Amino acid sequence: MDGIEEITPADFVALLRLVCQRIAAEQDWLSELDRAIGDGDHGSSMARGWQAALDAVDALPEPLSFSAVCAAAARGFVNSAGGATGPLYATILMRGGAAVKDREMLDLGALASFFDAAGRGIRERGKSEPGDKTMLDAWLPAVAALDAARTDHKKLAEALNDAAEAAEKGAEATRHMAARLGRASRLGARSQGHIDPGAASAALLFRTFAQGVTEG
Amino acid sequence: MRGGNKMTKKLINDAGTVIDEMLAGIVAAHPRHVRLLDHSPRSLISAGAPRPGKVGIVVGGGSGHEPGFLGYVGRGMADGAAVGNPFASPGPDPIVATTKAVHGGAGVLYIIGNYAGDVMNFEMAAELAELESITTRTVVVTDDVASAPISEAGRRRGVAGAVFVFKAAGAAADMGRDLSGVAQVAEMANASVRTMGVALEPCSLPATLKHNFTLSADELELGIGIHGEPGVERGPMRPADAVADAILDRVLAELDPPPGSDVAVLVNGMGGTPLMELYIVARHVLDRLSRRNLAIHRCLVGNFLTALEMAGCSISVIKLNDELKVLLDYPAEPVLFRDF
Repeated sequence: MDGIEEITPADFVALLRLVCQRIAAEQDWLSELDRAIGDGDHGSSMARGWQAALDAVDALPEPLSFSAVCAAAARGFVNSAGGATGPLYATILMRGGAAVKDREMLDLGALASFFDAAGRGIRERGKSEPGDKTMLDAWLPAVAALDAARTDHKKLAEALNDAAEAAEKGAEATRHMAARLGRASRLGARSQGHIDPGAASAALLFRTFAQGVTEG
Repeated sequence: MRGGNKMTKKLINDAGTVIDEMLAGIVAAHPRHVRLLDHSPRSLISAGAPRPGKVGIVVGGGSGHEPGFLGYVGRGMADGAAVGNPFASPGPDPIVATTKAVHGGAGVLYIIGNYAGDVMNFEMAAELAELESITTRTVVVTDDVASAPISEAGRRRGVAGAVFVFKAAGAAADMGRDLSGVAQVAEMANASVRTMGVALEPCSLPATLKHNFTLSADELELGIGIHGEPGVERGPMRPADAVADAILDRVLAELDPPPGSDVAVLVNGMGGTPLMELYIVARHVLDRLSRRNLAIHRCLVGNFLTALEMAGCSISVIKLNDELKVLLDYPAEPVLFRDF
């Protein structure tokens, strides 16, 4: 029940596959969140992007490396998802992959670097800041939680659980923010009262990683 | 209520193949003017591209705005278009493929509307093109006065005024200016044009066949975006002249062209409004501009940048200097406006 402490490239692919399944299962909910403040395609874009990412990864020759998996997934994702979601997740995978490219296994420290580099990538690509009502508002609290867990020498599963909780709280907090970026930003104060769909799907990613590692 | 749960009807075969079938139709109808890339089926390329030494111009964005953006591929305008799904930006791969196909050794200018998805995908494409030693520049069109206050003009959406930007930049490139010169022309055109739209009826995506917003029978929405983004005012339906006045008031308040100066005008249909109505609007717009003692250098009326079957129109006015007049008058042969 303690789960694993190190993630192999094959484990990483298995985790991405779980994310893909979770997003597919929740895509109607994500699109509904998006219809309230955007153009209503976040769920279908994410589902399409993750499916293409996994298809690209599944076509890779063995042995797998983190950089090959991330590069293939990024390319698959960005050319299928469309909209702003594609470049953002491609950047997450590319920057995260670059941060761990020499690793054969990911321990908590390496995984924290992956998510930290990914967060910086989101910020640069999306020109967003915390509080803008974007996925960053779920992502950055999760990165901070991973960092704190590492300092406290927590187990990987426990650390990812902290990250998932922080991401979920961060996503919930977007409900009271007014969007400053993306299509929702044109609504200004009218976007308040709705959770940002990008923050909601980012929280799903951390929750799925936590569950996947806990269950080994 | 218009909209609601009623399904719309479209002449399509399968929502998943609308873009590929549209592109197949375009190349079959205009084989002398455009081609698709075998290895990148979402890249429409002008028959004359690449031209050695000429700056390549790539336009693009989501589909559903036809004749935008792909219709402006042709001599004197764009060299290629990267074509996205309905209302969704193309990914970097088709943009890079289009870039390589039109690169004549003098670099490539991207002209896109100011939407997060388009900006990010073209930015990624630019980074990938740079890796292949192709220099690119990007000009982001921001002509919609209704989408943000003037203090945040850089956040405004790009709408029908983009047609003037394509035209001016396309002419400059055809005349042989270098990449920074063509980009400068595009920036100048963008800075000189203002647009605002109105919706009378909503539009629907092929995948959903549902209206993406609702308007009741006696309502219109002023300041609507070309994807149905909310405008600045939902108000009662009114006569054409009053609608045109509401739009022109805002456009002219900002543009403030001095009496005696030259302007060009675009009365653009959103896809579901007949030419009869567009010319009724144009008549009033031209009358009002003339009474303001402005010289109408050129007036375009028709469907230039649409939002699927949305009913409504937009009005763009561009202030012209001598350079822009020459560039707008320069010959061009955009594919969807040339076969007669």
